[in-house]
Amino acid sequence: MDKQWAKMSADEKQEAAFQKLLAPKDPAGNDLQFQSAEAEANYKASILRIKDAIQLREPDRVPVTVLPSMFPYLNAGMTVEEAMYDYDKCTAAFKQFILELKPDMHIGASAPGPGKFYEILDYKLYSWPGHGVAPEYSYQCNEGEYMKADEYDLLITDPSFYFRNFYLPRVFGALGGFTMLAPYTSILEMYGVGFNFVPFALPPVQATFQALFEAGAEALKWAMATGGSDAELTTLGFPTILGGFTKAPFDVLGDTLRGTKGIMLDIYRRPEKLLEAMDRLIPIMIGMGVSASQQTGNPLIFIPLHKGADGFLSDEQFKKFYWPQLKQVMMGLIENGCIPFPALEGHWSSRLEVIQDIPKGKTVWMVDQTDMAKVKATLGQNACLIGNVPSSMLKLGTPQEVREYARQLIDTAGQGGGFILSNGAFFDEAKMENVKAMVEAGREYGVY
Amino acid sequence: MSQKLIDAIADMREDEALELVTKMAERGVEPLSILNDVKAAMDVIGQRYEEGDYFLPELVMAGEIMNQVMVMIKPALAESMEEEHLGKVVIGTVKGDIHDIGKDIVSFMLKVGGYNVLDLGVDVPAQKFVQAIREFQPQVVALSGFLTLAFDQMKATVEAIEKAGLRDRVKIMIGGGQIDEAVREYTGADAYGKDAIVAVKLANSWIGG
Repeated sequence: MDKQWAKMSADEKQEAAFQKLLAPKDPAGNDLQFQSAEAEANYKASILRIKDAIQLREPDRVPVTVLPSMFPYLNAGMTVEEAMYDYDKCTAAFKQFILELKPDMHIGASAPGPGKFYEILDYKLYSWPGHGVAPEYSYQCNEGEYMKADEYDLLITDPSFYFRNFYLPRVFGALGGFTMLAPYTSILEMYGVGFNFVPFALPPVQATFQALFEAGAEALKWAMATGGSDAELTTLGFPTILGGFTKAPFDVLGDTLRGTKGIMLDIYRRPEKLLEAMDRLIPIMIGMGVSASQQTGNPLIFIPLHKGADGFLSDEQFKKFYWPQLKQVMMGLIENGCIPFPALEGHWSSRLEVIQDIPKGKTVWMVDQTDMAKVKATLGQNACLIGNVPSSMLKLGTPQEVREYARQLIDTAGQGGGFILSNGAFFDEAKMENVKAMVEAGREYGVY
Repeated sequence: MSQKLIDAIADMREDEALELVTKMAERGVEPLSILNDVKAAMDVIGQRYEEGDYFLPELVMAGEIMNQVMVMIKPALAESMEEEHLGKVVIGTVKGDIHDIGKDIVSFMLKVGGYNVLDLGVDVPAQKFVQAIREFQPQVVALSGFLTLAFDQMKATVEAIEKAGLRDRVKIMIGGGQIDEAVREYTGADAYGKDAIVAVKLANSWIGG
């Protein structure tokens, strides 16, 4: 199997991934038992529809999906806090959401995440309901300069060591013990090996590992709940093909390591170090996506795109610091049989000419506020597009407005296939009647 | 006036700019003169940003250079020096939302644009905006919000300003990730801006500049 896989072309690998999705297995390795013949037929029809769209062919109709953040849970009448702390309530709300809307694919109930887990490890990078944010509100990032300007060489030399000994202890209050651990790469030979392990006897290190055991158990509980939810929804005929996520190297550094201010100054003060650090990250970010795909068996790898949007960087800066590195990550994913799923968060009209330069039929892009017609004419000639009903319309508009907008989208972007109807950005609040109008419009008007 | 200094700052040559200021201070150049050069450079930078030549890295760099120069000359500046402003703006991210990057850019551009800006920070309750309007007496209030949850908070803030009898004293603009005309109408704000440049243009059209 390994030899076969390694010899396959990117095309063959993507095809193999879809064939695997069309013949799902249960944890024991047997054919998955669907709950009805109808469920099985719907599942396979949805997968084929998605496959056709991604491969830039016309399916039987435009596939539809809904990509929410907290909407399923708020809509079910719970707070975000409840969704984060009660996994059963969370997955039940998500199931209700899927059964009501019947989308061709979904991304699972893992958006809220395990609140207790973040508590155990004392996550400082984010505030979440009950911890710095009101119970009804979503978690939010606490921007900061967690990586200092003079730490580029440390990161470049050994990213894992840097993450373990420097970065993670700064963003997780309970991981302070990591700062005391010796580099794994010092564990060589016979002489002196023992010294490397002395830190494990120290109370702060032991406290960190105790926290890790507790956190791991909580994470497992949550993973089983969301995994079980995905499995159940599959047997009911609703697939998820989301395998995991990765990030653009510039965003890895700019979002949560150097922070916005830090990375903008780095462009001027230490551009060579920034470029070198991103080069080090490319194979690592590819690995992140590929290994997630291997673990879950799903090929779609989500890539939220942040600081490549209009306004953050000049065209020249985008072509030097953002695009080449991101493109290499996507090429690596494609070569390994994964399907990159980047989200053009915000406005990206100034980038379209540049980002259209990718292999045909291998990627699917979530479109937010960029004009869909412009995207279709450029990027959309090589890639499948998902989107882009606006959040404000879903919350404040009428079903009529949504239907009309969706129709226009289908006319504009649905031409020749390569389009999946959806919302444009992850949303918390909306009127269910509007979300319903969106998916129904897809099913009604989207027939080819 | 030192064109050399203005150019160094406007062209993002940080080390050169700081070296020039050091030398100028040593030579006994008036701190007020240096401050005027900084302001002139900021005008150039603001213009280049508006024209689409400069982007966020340049704004951040400009802020850094300006801060460092101010640290160097502030002790020598007359304490009672009154800065002339075009008007006053209160800005903040509404309650429940802690996003601040966009707000900080708008804040910076408004200051560069000649406004006296009171930045209330993030997660700002409606009543705090009301209080700030009473005390600071701005002509413009700017509400920032990134999450869809901000829509209702912005509406509540506008309503609180109305209830306090202050609505007709201020113009209100809103901005942030998912903000558009539909949200503007929903909240009762006077206008929305899709970026910092629009924010400055709105302030200019309401106050004058």
